[in-house]
Amino acid sequence: MLRLELIKLSKTYPAVKANDQVSLRVKPGEIHAVLGENGAGKSTLMKMIYGAVRPDEGQICWNDKEVQIRNPQEARALGISMVFQHFSLFDTLTAAENVWLGLDKSYTLADVTKRIDQVSKEYGLDVEPMRPVHTLSVGERQRVEIVRALLTKPQLLILDEPTSVLTPQAVEKLFVTLRKLASEGCSILYISHKLDEIRALCHHCTVLRGGKVTGEVDPTKETNASLSRLMIGAEPPQLQHVQARLGDTVLDVRDLSLEKLQHFGMSLAHISFNVRAGEIVGIAGVSGNGQQELMAALSGEDTRAAPDSIRLFGKPIGNQPPARRRREGLHFVPEERLGRGAVPTLPLAANTLLTRDEAVRGGWIRVNEVRALAEKLIANFNVKAGGPDAAAKSLSGGNLQKFIVGREIDSKPKLLIVSQPTWGVDVGAAAQIRGALLKLRDEGCAVLVVSEELDELFEICDRLVVIAQGKVSPSIATSQATIEQIGAWMSGLWTATPEAEHVQA
Amino acid sequence: MFKLEARPQPSKAMSFASPLIALALTVGVAALLFVVLGKDPLVGLGAFFVEPLRGVRQLTEVALKATPLILCALGLAVCYRSNVWNIGAEGQFLLGAITAGGLALWVTTSGIHASRWVWTPLILLAGVAGGMAWAAIVALLRDRFNASEILVSLMLVYVAQQLVNYLVFVPWKDPMGFNFPQTKTFDSSTWLEMLVPRSRLHIGFAITLALVGVFWAFLFRSWRGYQLQVGGLAPAAARYAGFSARGALWTSMLISGGMAGLAGAMEAAGPLRQLTPHVSTGYGFTAIIVCFVGRLHPVGIVFSGLLLSMFLIGGELGQSRLGLPNALTGVFQGLLLFLLLACDTLINYRVRWQATRHVAVAKSAAPVTTKASP
Repeated sequence: MLRLELIKLSKTYPAVKANDQVSLRVKPGEIHAVLGENGAGKSTLMKMIYGAVRPDEGQICWNDKEVQIRNPQEARALGISMVFQHFSLFDTLTAAENVWLGLDKSYTLADVTKRIDQVSKEYGLDVEPMRPVHTLSVGERQRVEIVRALLTKPQLLILDEPTSVLTPQAVEKLFVTLRKLASEGCSILYISHKLDEIRALCHHCTVLRGGKVTGEVDPTKETNASLSRLMIGAEPPQLQHVQARLGDTVLDVRDLSLEKLQHFGMSLAHISFNVRAGEIVGIAGVSGNGQQELMAALSGEDTRAAPDSIRLFGKPIGNQPPARRRREGLHFVPEERLGRGAVPTLPLAANTLLTRDEAVRGGWIRVNEVRALAEKLIANFNVKAGGPDAAAKSLSGGNLQKFIVGREIDSKPKLLIVSQPTWGVDVGAAAQIRGALLKLRDEGCAVLVVSEELDELFEICDRLVVIAQGKVSPSIATSQATIEQIGAWMSGLWTATPEAEHVQA
Repeated sequence: MFKLEARPQPSKAMSFASPLIALALTVGVAALLFVVLGKDPLVGLGAFFVEPLRGVRQLTEVALKATPLILCALGLAVCYRSNVWNIGAEGQFLLGAITAGGLALWVTTSGIHASRWVWTPLILLAGVAGGMAWAAIVALLRDRFNASEILVSLMLVYVAQQLVNYLVFVPWKDPMGFNFPQTKTFDSSTWLEMLVPRSRLHIGFAITLALVGVFWAFLFRSWRGYQLQVGGLAPAAARYAGFSARGALWTSMLISGGMAGLAGAMEAAGPLRQLTPHVSTGYGFTAIIVCFVGRLHPVGIVFSGLLLSMFLIGGELGQSRLGLPNALTGVFQGLLLFLLLACDTLINYRVRWQATRHVAVAKSAAPVTTKASP
């Protein structure tokens, strides 16, 4: 018997064939990975299983019977539950109220609260039902989502990139829960692009590339390299990491505190760290711990900071606007590419003008020079685009990121701050971007990288600091740090001892 | 049954065709309306679309009424592209008419003699200043107290109208005017030079066409214009780049206020040559439609300004010749905007007719494969 069988599902969108004859077989109690890059068609496939999207062709069989899943309600009635990558919880309601919303109306809130307690004990998911969601950490919110899914007693649980918001320790805890669920007969579809996790957790793995199935393997018998070949058709290039040649201190943040602007934001408290020329410093942390607020204060989008709490080459810049900081050599790549790093509807040429004003003279724009700059960036940074007149939103995430990173690197920065450099970027482009950052560092630029992907930080950074609850840990040399230690720090568990200061030397 | 389907890329052809389709549909609905009103649709349409273009006199009248529409719409285009929603061009127009008319009246009564080439620039600048000042109130309240510029600019229209009323009823009233609420006729040295002899079309139309070029360059070639538009398209990107949102608010409000004020000055010193309570016949509001039908583009605004001016004249002709209700002009204006917004859907979407057939095929195909697969 098969829990779920997909036979040659296809789905075509106007511009792209998202799924092309995709077949998939999931046994009861199996943890089945669906591996693929961004844009490989994983999400579309899951949406078809969950009834959110109708397939153009093909069949879906559920427990050996053909079914038509017309909407998510029907999917839930069959016993299919899904935990989305972006949580769908109401901030102002309690955990229990949120769970209650998604259930049949026959239960009372008290029933639901009791059931939540039972389920969370049974599976080791700590959830306090009475707490409002906005007070919960991201990991806790995810547990609420999982509990909500489990209360419907699913036979198939779909998890979409569940670990992107978790500390390594929380990931381990999640895996324990998932293994217990599977041992009781619940099948799990685990969507991810993280090879280590799939090898550690899953029994079976279907690999998608460009909307087609490129392999069905037992991940425990594969290596990262062989999985990566299936996923992207090649192994990612190895990065060259030469010894850092340290220069002067470029960015010096001292006792930076900022009150949060929004109700659900994070206040920054007494943050101190520095970045020297010729090194890459990484800021690790679970999202929502103050990264956004810190980046806005460093980039100049938020100028409320005390002037001398942020110094660039010794000059206080805490209250300076972005253009002034850029003139001093500070360039910034934000995490949102569309709408912040680039204007979606404007052509690439016009988008160079956001941070590059060489082609502006006397208040007038030299159109030819702007186009030439855009053409140069497209060529030098290997951007796949329809030319300088292509609208920013017509580019794929990876190509737009290459363009934006290229725009900032090309301006010869003295300090480059990059937020989530490879978030949602395909593996090839990610490797290229990391390579470009390393090259910049070797040329003597100071680089500060904020990322939620620990692997990435360990790969390119010379030193790491961790941000948690709006505070920043002491720094530690990457060579001396372990994933476990950084993971513990990500929960705010560091001791500000003087030893930590030696470690950075 | 048909289905709307997202286009992979917005259609460039459709963004030009959409206003034309909207116009064609407006003509169609207009014909229907005439039938319902018991008029011959051909005669009715003739009044709106043919009569205003017949002869030099009619054409100069179209251009004359298009002048304030185009001027106000040029300024509004800068505002709307900057995501600043000034809908009070009417009030800024009235203020421009007051300041320019006030200066002309002072010239008239003080008896200082100078050439028309001295007074015209001063009067037009006075109008610009008046419109800017009225718009500055909106910008200030928005900037200091975060008051909605939509409400403030709209309500200042009514304040401006009351101000005009007060001035022409009390301090500026012509003592020899048989108690009519109107000022003296301005001295002829303050009148705008005529562009076409024996018509009412003044040099303001030529100035307006020149300003179209200036606005095109400002929007698409100047650094300031670029910054404003980034602020309108993607506020977070403007913050990231460091373009000031306050600067954009003030610049765009002052530009559009100035343009509306200029239009008011031209109206006062052009065809009217005096101030009355009816200085404006809603030019500032109609300009909002002109602005959108013209795609917020200076050149498009020229065409839509001429079109809407035709509607205004057609409405008057229809009223006098066919006994049509005056409200019809407003109905057509509204229809055109409404249909344009509807047609704009086609820029990002296309209509697919075979959608239902497609689903049917998928369903009938399904059982066949089931039989084949076990």
